[in-house]
Amino acid sequence: MGRYLLGRIALLVPMMLGVSLVIFLMLRLGRGDPALDWLRLSQIPPTDVAIAEARAYLGLDRPLFVQYLSWLWDALHLDFGKSYVTRRDVFEEFVYYLPATLQLGGIAFVLTLGLSIPLGIWAAKFRDKLPDQIVRFVAFLGVSLPNFWLGFLLVLVFSIWLGWLPPFGTGGMAHVVMPAVAIAFMSTAINARLLRASMLEAMGQRHVLYARLRGLGEASVTRRHVLRNALLPIVTAAGMHLGELIGGTLVIENIFAWPGVGRLAVSAIYNRDYPVLQCFTLLMTFIFVLCNLGIDVLYAWLDPRIRIASGDEVRP
Amino acid sequence: MNDNCNEAILPLETTVHAAGKRNWTMTLALSILAVLALAIIAAPVLAPFDPDAVDIASRLLPPSQNHLLGTDHLGRDVLSRLIHGARVSLGAVALISLLVLVLGVAIGGLSGFIGGKVDQITMRICDVFLTFPTFVLAMFMVGVLGTGMTNVVIAIVLSHWAWYARIVRSLTLSMASRDFVLAARVAGAGEFRIFGEHVLPGVIAQILVLTTLDIGHMMLHVSGLSFLGLGISPPTAEWGVMINDAREFVWTQPTLIAWPGLAIFLTVMAFNRVGDALRDRLDPVLAAEVC
Repeated sequence: MGRYLLGRIALLVPMMLGVSLVIFLMLRLGRGDPALDWLRLSQIPPTDVAIAEARAYLGLDRPLFVQYLSWLWDALHLDFGKSYVTRRDVFEEFVYYLPATLQLGGIAFVLTLGLSIPLGIWAAKFRDKLPDQIVRFVAFLGVSLPNFWLGFLLVLVFSIWLGWLPPFGTGGMAHVVMPAVAIAFMSTAINARLLRASMLEAMGQRHVLYARLRGLGEASVTRRHVLRNALLPIVTAAGMHLGELIGGTLVIENIFAWPGVGRLAVSAIYNRDYPVLQCFTLLMTFIFVLCNLGIDVLYAWLDPRIRIASGDEVRP
Repeated sequence: MNDNCNEAILPLETTVHAAGKRNWTMTLALSILAVLALAIIAAPVLAPFDPDAVDIASRLLPPSQNHLLGTDHLGRDVLSRLIHGARVSLGAVALISLLVLVLGVAIGGLSGFIGGKVDQITMRICDVFLTFPTFVLAMFMVGVLGTGMTNVVIAIVLSHWAWYARIVRSLTLSMASRDFVLAARVAGAGEFRIFGEHVLPGVIAQILVLTTLDIGHMMLHVSGLSFLGLGISPPTAEWGVMINDAREFVWTQPTLIAWPGLAIFLTVMAFNRVGDALRDRLDPVLAAEVC
């Protein structure tokens, strides 16, 4: 396991270097001249002298690769410069908003697993009966529902019509319910459908038939012989939908006035506040990569075949 | 490999039953697509009003005989904007799908077929683009390029092409190892011709099916960006823009937000349904791999 983990971590370094290069280059290839935007946001008229001074101040007059290396070096020390708008340290600002996003995204993730696993099992056990039909229909709707629209529908029903839940802001659990459901709904639908399919496939395996022939109880067969195999694809899928979950969180934050990095990013894009945008993109990608690493490790832990293939354990 | 087991355990009636449900949802999906096609072709004829005609005097009207779905905060007819919005929303998605498909086939196909150094370098570049969470990359691209229709199309293409390149490459590799390619090579066909005539057609057929499945997903990304105010810019009649416009009025006029959302939802559902069916019909093997 240790060697597998080290190998996976070593792969991250070139990936993140590539990511930082893309972020840096795209900004320079993009439409804007950061110096002009900096002047605009500082409310300084863009005269030739002012532009030259701004370029020198922002370090834009140096060769491109020097700029990249110095940006990367600073980023490694968690120094992403100062926001063009607020003049505050970008990293501190990002870290200030991050916990709210992680909290919301984390709850949505737990909700996804907590709903999709029982639903998938339920549907597979009652294949083609009413439970299965309900789950399949909801999943069919769920994969097509725009999350932001679902968010509004929830507000409409539970805040405006019924008055049960607060429509926006943070506070107790009541504030989290609607945003988390809006984010989790699509992943739940996809996961439940996938788990149903992989449960059905696992049920058809010969060792399950053999377990039944040995006289094991239905509950024991499901838990020990079907579910353990069927859960593996779910772990992979959870990793694949993590990106969607992050995207969903960023969008939903804007509906429910959730004080997270999604709103920070949107206002940075409006203002062309490039340091904030760079910091946001790089660190969100890094968090995403770390989550994927966690999922891979979980996967290797669940499925001994992967550990063995990586040469970590002796083949029996 | 477990085919025999499955057949033994699953009763025959399930397939018949599944077919019945399939037809019902399929009919719905095809009807939605037909309505959309009609809206795209005949928008100016079908729409009762000019979608951009501002009339402050009749703002935020509830549905009536004159305005079947009411009017928005600038007094524009919601139904007309929905009908015209189909052109913009679906047009953007169609363009994105086409570009991503062309890029994916060109980059992934050639990289897989040529192999060696070219393949390695291309795949490392793909890996980097696949490292980003897709929506975060799309947001970043919009931030760098600016908002508006063209930039949104570029942003979504840039954040999705690597997925396609990766899939096309693996399809190309499996296609290139088939016996008929070997036969063509033995018969003395040039590499370029083998790629164009023997490998590419099979790859394109499969990737087209996957693209259909992905159209709904693209549409959600485009409208998600528009909704954040980062996509297609107002006053264009586009569904995501309409939802964003209606945000302020969710308390007073909730139906304003309901209609464009419903349009997106039904469209995405129709494409997903047809994509599912195409996959099952044309390529059972692929269906098993993807599911």
